[in-house]
Amino acid sequence: MQNTDVKYLTPIAVEVNKKKYCRFKKLGIKYIDYKDANFLLKFVNEQGKILPRRITGTSNKYQKKVAQAVKRARHLALLPYVTDCLK
Amino acid sequence: MQKQYETVFIMTPVLSEDQMKETVEKFRRFLTERGAEFVHEENWGLRKLAYPIQKKSTGFYQLFEFKAEPDVIRPYETEFKRDERIMRYLTVALDKYAVAYNEKKRAKKASASAEDEKHEPEEIIPSAPIE
Repeated sequence: MQNTDVKYLTPIAVEVNKKKYCRFKKLGIKYIDYKDANFLLKFVNEQGKILPRRITGTSNKYQKKVAQAVKRARHLALLPYVTDCLK
Repeated sequence: MQKQYETVFIMTPVLSEDQMKETVEKFRRFLTERGAEFVHEENWGLRKLAYPIQKKSTGFYQLFEFKAEPDVIRPYETEFKRDERIMRYLTVALDKYAVAYNEKKRAKKASASAEDEKHEPEEIIPSAPIE
């Protein structure tokens, strides 16, 4: 009857499990500037919420600093507290 | 012992250029009278706010970086609170990494503007994309 096995000519692109790393440790960044809103944009989602460590891969030490910087930026209206479709 | 501080404050956009300068001057004088030593200051001009403050969508941003005694900060912040031209303010004590970062940023900016006017100053922090 019919062969149910699906065969591919080329192997399917499997997401290679890349190891996450902390960019601050890797690049030797010691201070996170709250005035640089464009940089902080990498650590918030499109609603302006701070992204968790499990997504960005930031180490605990620097995640605390990122959070502090984002909160300062929000106070100075450099980043929004709440929005839709930031980015 | 003097500590290094950094203040960013936002003034209302209803001020004229001269009134804005006068406000900045007032706070600068307040600090220098109390023995503060200015390291750097920057006027960011009229900027759009990320969300409205006091029903205003823009504001004049001003940055001060200075060395001062810690007891100066409390009356300094009270002064901000009392001044109705100020919409927001934030004073932060800088640690050694922050001081180094700011110095590096300034040096980079100075060399970039002196060397070549055409090129935009590079981004300060090298950044990797999020996986």
